[in-house]
Amino acid sequence: MKTLKNIGYILGLPVILVLIWWASTLGTVNFYVPTPARLVETFGKVWFSERFFTDVLPSVGRLVVGVVVAIVIGVVGGVLIGSIRWLRSLLEPTLEFFRAIPPPVLVPVLILLMGITDSMKIAVIISGCVWPVLLNTIEGVRAVDPVLSDSTHTYGIDGWARVRYLVLPSASPQIMAGVRQSMSLGLILMVISEMFASSSGLGFTIVQFQRSFSIPEMWSGIIVLGLLGVGMSFIFQWAERNILRWYHGQKEVENAA
Amino acid sequence: MSSTTLTSGGAAPSAERPRRQARKMPTKQLLGVAGILGFLLTWELIPRLGIIDARYLPPASEVIAALLLDFGLTAFWVSVGETMKAWFLGLLIAVVAAVLLGFIIGSSSFLRKATNSTVEFLRPIPSVALIPLAVLLFGVKIESSLLLIVYASFWQILIQVLYGVADVDMVANNTAKTYGLGPMARIRYVVFPTALPYLMTGVRLAGAVALVLAITAELVIGSPGLGREIALAQSGGAISGMYALVLATGLIGVLINMLMRFIEKKTLAWHSSVRSEVIV
Repeated sequence: MKTLKNIGYILGLPVILVLIWWASTLGTVNFYVPTPARLVETFGKVWFSERFFTDVLPSVGRLVVGVVVAIVIGVVGGVLIGSIRWLRSLLEPTLEFFRAIPPPVLVPVLILLMGITDSMKIAVIISGCVWPVLLNTIEGVRAVDPVLSDSTHTYGIDGWARVRYLVLPSASPQIMAGVRQSMSLGLILMVISEMFASSSGLGFTIVQFQRSFSIPEMWSGIIVLGLLGVGMSFIFQWAERNILRWYHGQKEVENAA
Repeated sequence: MSSTTLTSGGAAPSAERPRRQARKMPTKQLLGVAGILGFLLTWELIPRLGIIDARYLPPASEVIAALLLDFGLTAFWVSVGETMKAWFLGLLIAVVAAVLLGFIIGSSSFLRKATNSTVEFLRPIPSVALIPLAVLLFGVKIESSLLLIVYASFWQILIQVLYGVADVDMVANNTAKTYGLGPMARIRYVVFPTALPYLMTGVRLAGAVALVLAITAELVIGSPGLGREIALAQSGGAISGMYALVLATGLIGVLINMLMRFIEKKTLAWHSSVRSEVIV
């Protein structure tokens, strides 16, 4: 009974919304809004074809490479900058400025520097996604518990062991917050880099549909992007639950006390 | 005798601390300035030494000269105004809608459970997915930018408001009920102050996101503003002009961050996370 109720809560509103959509497109022929049945049919026809391999997979590949490289650079750089005080003071204002630049403006800049290539698109994703991870890591490293930090010093834990067992774990909640931001940013940048200048990829395909007024196809592309976003958010939540399991447990204990 | 040494010993650190801080602060700022100067110098040298062709990456001095030239042009300020107008209107609509919906959904556990799956599904959809739709519906007008900005910022704020409303202290709420405060009064005096810090965090995040989307819309769709100027400068080969505009967007981003922090500090001056002295 309880699971039934929960399923009702999960599916209730979406079903009602789809019903409203279905009912409102029933009698009329609206050019901009396809009927649900038409959309599902188009979705299958457009995306379960070779397009999946020529457009979707390369886009997703670039996205994954870009985000992973950005996370690695961000964490390594953040640990370095966060642990060395003078380096932090030296670089912080410059980094804050770079973070404040809206990442999409880097698309035309990088097109100039690198031409319209795959590496340009990956560079766009990296250069946009690096900042949230980097700055959050710096913050996290800086906020390491001083008592723990002194204890590790006293016990002679230094160098890599210190980073591995003290700095990274205590910064990880902050790092994950940065990773979350950069994942959604990465998806945005992937689409923009393909919309702005490209001849393949998801972003390009969707704009192509829109320019040729293939409205149901365009909507199906929007849905693909939406599903990508939802999928990434699920992967992130799963990863966060596993990586930060100790942290959530600790929070629960603290809140209960 | 011993008491005087004690007091002097106790007073010394407190007298010394501000001096030490006053000495430390300038070095920190000096280092920061040195960092910026070092960055500009590197930028100046890379094209001058021919590492990257100056046609593609003009030296910093040229770009800054172009930026200063822009500051004197009316057209530049008109596009800045267009961008900021879209940013402000979009953020305003998103805040109002998210606060209203957030309070309604948040105050009923039935609504919260019923909308949860839909919110979690709609929130991660990237707003750039709506670009083709915006083009079809509105063309290159400001409404296109607004659609993207509102969609992106709305979820940021809504989630925060939902967290905030859920965080209300039950004891405080029940006390207010016992004292005869009606639903509206409770929202005003109990729920709203609890949710305000969350709301401000959401607005600060949304402010940054809104700028990104405003520039994106102008860049990709071509609605009026700085983003379109950047795209035009790039395709027109005005390379230093393009870099100058990129710098300008960065400056706007910094200003928006500062403005948001200032507003947050002002509106939450009463809150313990902002007040310097912590009363436990």
